[in-house]
Parts: sequence; structure tokens; C-alpha cells
Amino acid sequence: MSEKKNDILLDVRHLQVYFPIKRGLMKRVVGHVHAVEDVSFTVKRREVFALVGESGCGKSTTGSAILRLIEPTAGQVYFEGENLSTLSEEQMRLKRRDMQFIFQNPYASLNPRMNVWKLLSEPLKVHFDLPPQELRSRVEEMLHLIGMTPDQLERYPHQFSGGQKQRISIARALITHPSFVVADEPVSALDVSIQAQILNLMMELQQEMELSLVFISHDLNVVRHISNSVGVMYLGSLMETGDTEEVYRHPAHPYTQALLSAVPSHDPTNKSKHIVLEGDVPNPASPPSGCPFHTRCRYCTKVCEEKKPELQEIAPHHFAACHHVGEM
Amino acid sequence: MENLLEIRDLKITTLRGKNTVKLLDKVDLDIKKKCSFGIVGESGCGKSITANAILGLLPYPLQVSEGSIRYDSKDGEKELLKLSKKEMRSARGREISMIFQEPMTSLDPIFNVEMQMDEALTFHHPQMSKSEKRERSLEMLRRVNIPRPEQTLASYPHQLSGGQLQRIMIAIALINDPRLLLADEPTTALDVTIQAQILKLMNDLKEQNDTSIIMITHDLGVIAETCEEVAVFYAGQIVEQANVIELFGKTAHPYTLGLLRAVTSLGGESRKLYTIPGIVPPGGQWSQGCRFADRCEKCMEKCRQAMPALTEAAPGHYCRCFLHSEEVEA
Repeated sequence: MSEKKNDILLDVRHLQVYFPIKRGLMKRVVGHVHAVEDVSFTVKRREVFALVGESGCGKSTTGSAILRLIEPTAGQVYFEGENLSTLSEEQMRLKRRDMQFIFQNPYASLNPRMNVWKLLSEPLKVHFDLPPQELRSRVEEMLHLIGMTPDQLERYPHQFSGGQKQRISIARALITHPSFVVADEPVSALDVSIQAQILNLMMELQQEMELSLVFISHDLNVVRHISNSVGVMYLGSLMETGDTEEVYRHPAHPYTQALLSAVPSHDPTNKSKHIVLEGDVPNPASPPSGCPFHTRCRYCTKVCEEKKPELQEIAPHHFAACHHVGEM
Repeated sequence: MENLLEIRDLKITTLRGKNTVKLLDKVDLDIKKKCSFGIVGESGCGKSITANAILGLLPYPLQVSEGSIRYDSKDGEKELLKLSKKEMRSARGREISMIFQEPMTSLDPIFNVEMQMDEALTFHHPQMSKSEKRERSLEMLRRVNIPRPEQTLASYPHQLSGGQLQRIMIAIALINDPRLLLADEPTTALDVTIQAQILKLMNDLKEQNDTSIIMITHDLGVIAETCEEVAVFYAGQIVEQANVIELFGKTAHPYTLGLLRAVTSLGGESRKLYTIPGIVPPGGQWSQGCRFADRCEKCMEKCRQAMPALTEAAPGHYCRCFLHSEEVEA
């Protein structure tokens, strides 16, 4: 892909989300949970960018903040060159025709009182003023794309299996033909054999509809398969980012190295030598000084405790935030 | 008894309206002493209810309709299905313990860790003094590598992380030296770096104690890391059982092969992932023939007419498929 400026669909700059902690009768603000801390990345057209990390690292908050489902505390998100944070709520609502969200849990994200027809036609009614025949044909076209048939339109969510429900959620997000979608853990609630079906469907649709995707997941194998580039998050900060294959083959950040080595191998004769991290992720309400990872890092030195490392380019398109990145 | 646990012909049924529906169908399992045994399968295949049946924890209307579960206890051989409620209570924790999937919901939020560890000790050793119990609790917390055990004893569950809670669950499960530990998806709710810690801990504890472990999981990676013997469950039956190296290296059943291909094709050469078509048939909708027939690539005419028997395909390697044996299930 060329490096032209207009190739970039989404540009996230210094995004920051803090949640206030309120105490007492007067709801006094006593502190902040630092959910997302100065995160910047870009997503090109037709690119799948994955955000990967453990629970509580801020990956879902980042996804929601891009679409302003959560208002960012600071920073800007540019979509097709337009600064989303300056839009009014009504303008933002219209923008969501082009920017959609797929949620993690299809059991909870579909209204149980709406049948498939209502679920799929609602986004079209909100965003377009279509004559009834066209509404019908758009819904049926989408149903066909997700591998379902029009005779299922009258059914309600509880009559479908988890995999089928997730297909409906995907259809609901894509029916307005958005150019950009945030998918927040779309397969983690599903069984292994169903996961593969949904991932295949998402990759097909992504190609066919020329989608850009921010794919949020904690599953490192899934991320490697589906994404072109990846950002590894820890405690609200991006620790490493780059082309997926490059990051997986040559992980530069000690956290990425530990994360990749912690994945159980499927070969019992080769019980992998894990880098087992000590301790837990620190509390994001009182993050450690300096590098957020220094409390669990094998290579921690004095400078790590004092100064937060910036992302630096260590190979073409490959960035890592570590003081000791060249020395390991 | 040669084995620690012998399950024979175990059948579990439930009620749906007035109909009895089979959920588990003639399962045989032998758990050797000091062995880690893996049970793997997708949701609804019957792996968790097997564990619950061992401990007599099946919720109504689920019940064991047939079979036997014999256990070589500290005071002689016992038939677990024939124990009275009182006898079963005294076996739980002392003979057989269980750890559950969600450490966040398995501990009581209104008691601190010390009270919950005390409870497990007091139940089986009422004569133990307070200081002895505290000493034993601290020792267990150290064994599961809890940093600052004194401070942790005074903590309440909401003050601890998921990984620490799962360590405490393991400490409580092992505090009365049981000979069998049932672990039902012990790392599914945890992050991957914490999962690595817990699996390492369980492997270490197995080496130190004489405890056998039954590891129930949907994750073949966890099985490969921790188990010696594996049984693959599908739709309430065992479809394949073997030593872990044999099972991964010389996979025989098309379902196991499909599961393995589905996970290992991730990150592989092809963009298109391998999938097993269709879904697991739910209990009550099982066909007469092989239950995997509708989803199987190698399905033959007779697969739909008769159920293949679980037969020995190679020494110690059992498989339920007509590709390996002509034998039909009686």
C-alpha cells in the first residue's frame, strides 16, 4: 500500500480517557482511573488493525472512544480527515452510518423483543429514507451475505444459536454499508469450531465491502490470523505497534515477548518454555511511575521507574515503547 | 483397586417437560493414581456434568440414571453413587476437591480469606486449634505462591485479582490433602499471562503431592500443556481417548482432527480458516448413528445407520469411528 495521506481513513492522536472515581454524599472526585493514556495510531483504508491486550488494558475503551460511545478526556480522532471531537451529537449520530460497532456478546446485544426483520431494518430506517421494496431487498441481500435465508426473518434472537446471533449482529452493523467498523471481541463468547466460521465470514465481508476494521481481541492466535497490523496495549498505553507478522516474529517489547510466549502450544512434545510474568497488572487508578510495565519486567532498571518511554521506530513500521529495546 | 477412580456406564438424564432427555451416554473412565487426565470438548458435550456427577453435585432435574463411580478412598474402596448425603459431604474436600471456572464468583464476598480457609479446615478437622488452622492456611497460601500471605488472609475477595483468587481457590481445594482434584475450566476466565502462571502452579503441585487431576477444558492448548491422558467428548460420549502425545500426534477421530485443524490453521498459510460445518447437536436431538455424521467430511452410508463402538485403534488409543473399526455399539 502506498503511503499517500488520503490512504489513511482513521487517525487517532493522543487519545486519553479518564474515568472519575467519586466518593461520599457529594460525589466528590477523589481520583481517576487512567483507562487510556496517550494512544496514537492510524488505520488505512481496507486495513485490519488489531488492538490486543489483557483485560483492563483499555482496548475496549479505546474502541468505544473512537466512535464517541464514551467521550474521550483528551486527544483527537480524525475520520476521513474530519475531527470527530468537534462534531455535535446529532452530527456524530449521522457519522455512525459510516462507522459501526460489533459487540462482544451476541446474547446481550440483540434486543430479545425484536425479530430479525426489525433488528436488520432498524439501522436502515434510522439512516436512510427507503421505499419498502428497497428496504426489503437490502435486508435480504445482507441476510444472504451472512449465510441465512429470508424465512428466518420472523424469528427472534432466542431461537438462534450463539454463532447465528453473532452473524445477525454483524449484519446489523454492516447493513448501512459503513467504511469503518470497530469489532470488540466478536468471537470470544463462541465455541472453537463456531469461532472459525465467524472469522471466515468477517474476513470475506471485509474484502467484499472494502472495510477498515479495528479488531479488538485478547486472543493472540486470532489476531495474528485476521489483522494486517497490530497494537499491543498494557495498562492504557500502546507498548508496541507494527505489521502483524513482523511483531509476532520479532517482538521487541518485553511485554509482547511474555504475552506471545504465554499462549499454550498445541504440541505436547514441545511444552514451550514460557516467560511466566510475576504478579498482576497494576491498578489503573494508581498507575506506576515511569514505564507502566516496569513492576513486572525482567529488564527493569532505574530509568524505567522514572521516565515513561516513548514509542520509537526500531524497524520500518515497527514501533516499541521501551528504554532497553536495542539491548535485549 | 488399581485405579483411583473408575467410572462405568455413566448415564445422566434431565427432564424436559415430561420427557427424559439423555445428556451423557455410557461413559467409561479410568483415572490412574498420580495422573493428570484431560477432558476436552465444546459446550454442551457433557464434560462438566461428568465432574459434577462425581461429586454428587448435579442440580435438579439432572440425575444419574445408570452406572457406577468407584473411588479408592483413604479408608477403602467406595461406590460414590451409593453414598448418603452425609458421607458425600465428608468426602468432598477431604477425598475429592473441585475448582471452578469463575474464581470471582466462587468465593463468598462477605467473608475474608481466612474465614473461608478456616471453614474448610474446621469441617474436616473440628479438633484443630485456631493457631494450627492459621498456620496451615499460611502454609497453603505460600505453596500457591501468594505474595504477602498474612495480609492476604485478612483480605476480602473484591480486594484481590482474578489470578490471586484462583490461587486461593486452589489452596482451599488442596488444604485437606485430597487425592483427586477436579478442575472445571480453571483458567478460562483468566488472562493469558495469568493462565500461564496458574497452569505452571498446577503442574508443580501435581509433582509435589500425590494428587490426581481431572482437567476439564475446551482449550486443546491447556490439555497439551498439562495432561498425560486425554478423553475427547462429543454430544455426551467419548469419541477418542489416548495418551496426550499419541492423541495430538496420531489423531484418529475426524472430530478431534477437525478441532485441531480449526485451532492450528490460525496463523497458518491459508487466509481461509478450517471449519467444522454445522453445530453440536443438543441433547435430545441425537441421531441413531454416529452423532458426528452430519458434520463429518468422511461420513459414509453406515455412519447414519449404526453407532460405532469405542474400540482400541492402537495400544491404549481408543476411537469411536467406522474408519478404524467395523464394530457397532451394542
